[in-house]
Amino acid sequence: MEERMLMKGNEALAEAAIRAGCKCYFGYPITPQTEIAAYMSKRMPKVGGVFIQAESEIAAINMVYGAASAGVRAMTSSSSPGISLKSEGISYLAGADLPCVIVNVERGGPGLGGIQPSQSDYYLATKAGGHGDFSLLVFAPSTVQEMADLAVKAFDTADKYRMPAMILADGLLGQMMEPVRFPESYAPQPEKPWACSGHANKREHNIVNSLYLVPEELEKSNIARFERYETVKREEALSENYLTDDAQIIVTAFGATARIVRSAVNMARAEGIKAGLIRPVTLWPFPVKAYRDALSTAKAYLSVEMNMGQMVNDVKLAIDCKRPVHFFGRTGGMVPTPAEVLAQLRAINEQTGKD
Amino acid sequence: MLYTRPQALCDVPMHFCPGCSHGIVHRLVAEVIDEMGIVGNTVGVCPVGCAVMSYDYFACDMIEAAHGRAPAVATGVKRSLPDRFVFTYQGDGDLAAIGTAETVHSATRGENITVIFINNTIYGMTGGQMAPTTLPGQVTQTTPYGRDPKVAGYPVRVCEMVSTLTGTAYAERVAVDSPQHIRAAKKAIRKAFDTQAAGKGFSIVEILSTCPTNWGMTPTQAVERVRNEMIPYYPLGVYKDTTEVSGNDQ
Repeated sequence: MEERMLMKGNEALAEAAIRAGCKCYFGYPITPQTEIAAYMSKRMPKVGGVFIQAESEIAAINMVYGAASAGVRAMTSSSSPGISLKSEGISYLAGADLPCVIVNVERGGPGLGGIQPSQSDYYLATKAGGHGDFSLLVFAPSTVQEMADLAVKAFDTADKYRMPAMILADGLLGQMMEPVRFPESYAPQPEKPWACSGHANKREHNIVNSLYLVPEELEKSNIARFERYETVKREEALSENYLTDDAQIIVTAFGATARIVRSAVNMARAEGIKAGLIRPVTLWPFPVKAYRDALSTAKAYLSVEMNMGQMVNDVKLAIDCKRPVHFFGRTGGMVPTPAEVLAQLRAINEQTGKD
Repeated sequence: MLYTRPQALCDVPMHFCPGCSHGIVHRLVAEVIDEMGIVGNTVGVCPVGCAVMSYDYFACDMIEAAHGRAPAVATGVKRSLPDRFVFTYQGDGDLAAIGTAETVHSATRGENITVIFINNTIYGMTGGQMAPTTLPGQVTQTTPYGRDPKVAGYPVRVCEMVSTLTGTAYAERVAVDSPQHIRAAKKAIRKAFDTQAAGKGFSIVEILSTCPTNWGMTPTQAVERVRNEMIPYYPLGVYKDTTEVSGNDQ
């Protein structure tokens, strides 16, 4: 029988990563993700894995680059300012087609910002995780169970497409405790014939690299990667719909915010407002279809985020701006309340009723 | 006696300038790998700088790292695959400027890797700017009036610095300006790989090298500069060797 345990989100994620075959973890302390490093430092030596507290976020992501090059599953975690530092390494990982998992337990920004929960790294994760033409797989868990499940999925998907995956969580999910189950069996890891693990005189030497001095070659490499991304967009987009079948107002939120919005949707329904929730589980690829499908009933969309509205444009693009997309958010570590979201829904409902 | 290309070097043309030491050092590393019979069991990490394309030259598995990050990348490889030989090949800008933290901390962790460090007192790939190792008074593109320590600080002596760290098991500075020194350089590289084989900890060989192109010299003048200007500032010798005792458990 599957085990059921009460765990913090950060710890559930770490445990799931180990069970998914994560062999190396490299980290650096930063609030509010430090439980991941602490958990890994306790568990990795017991399971024959590697834990290093690196001298910097930069070193940690480059250790991941080395371990991923060697063909093993590797992970690092940090929080927003630390992810900025990792951006260089993330770009190199993408450019060298290396699979790995990067966890961002977001806190408020910009700059040193604050240590309270935030979702203000949406752009960083989905648009600009570093220099150059590339994308990351981005998973946005909403429960402690999903912190665990998506850790496994992140490793599997990263390996499948040879690209880095990011888990975009926030301080709420990292710190909250919920029951979590871990599966008993896991998909086998794919062979990595491209890995730099020593050729044992049995094959040509492998090279892990992102340098192409001939522009034609760099263009070819980027185009090939983007063709792969098209497959990812087709196959890997994930979302959850809640009460959207007849919804006239589609509220959308990811991560911890989606839990708050769900309560607000229930409250709105009790008042007769036909609201529904679309929760993107993958932020890249963005689950465009879910938003398009909702056009048949939706008169308006509302994006609720713990930032200044970074997801709004993706929603507008998903529906080709065919409906108004409203925004409500709190930022700086402030968390929206169901009552605040309900107030937005009432206002939008009144407006759409007049249209 | 046959003088042939080492098996650990690929049969491809190199991009290095005439009179540059990189070719010599590549050969020495490759000869050591051949002698130890470890080409199939070795992973190399190359830097950003003139040796950036070494992945095309060494016949072992090769990884290209971001600027300065080679020791961190090597750490990831070595910790994943502890029975492989892992070496980095880095220049002075890579190792002693942008990658100082990675250098110092891989050394102090006693990472069981070997660092081949090319000190030619200049940034070669970008066209001859001041390096952390540029000598006082040396003219470069970014020290057009000569390096003034009052403005641009002093050169970093890497072997001296890392030899203070307990995790460093072996640190030696050599030069490749003469056949005698080249033989000594090869011996040092072998010793560094032996240090790794014995699991003793971090090993580094600093190699005083030429850059005739960016020094504005002929190859012969460049060799003379190594001898007359660099060796006096960067004395050759073994700076740390705990391999005969207990490695880095000091």
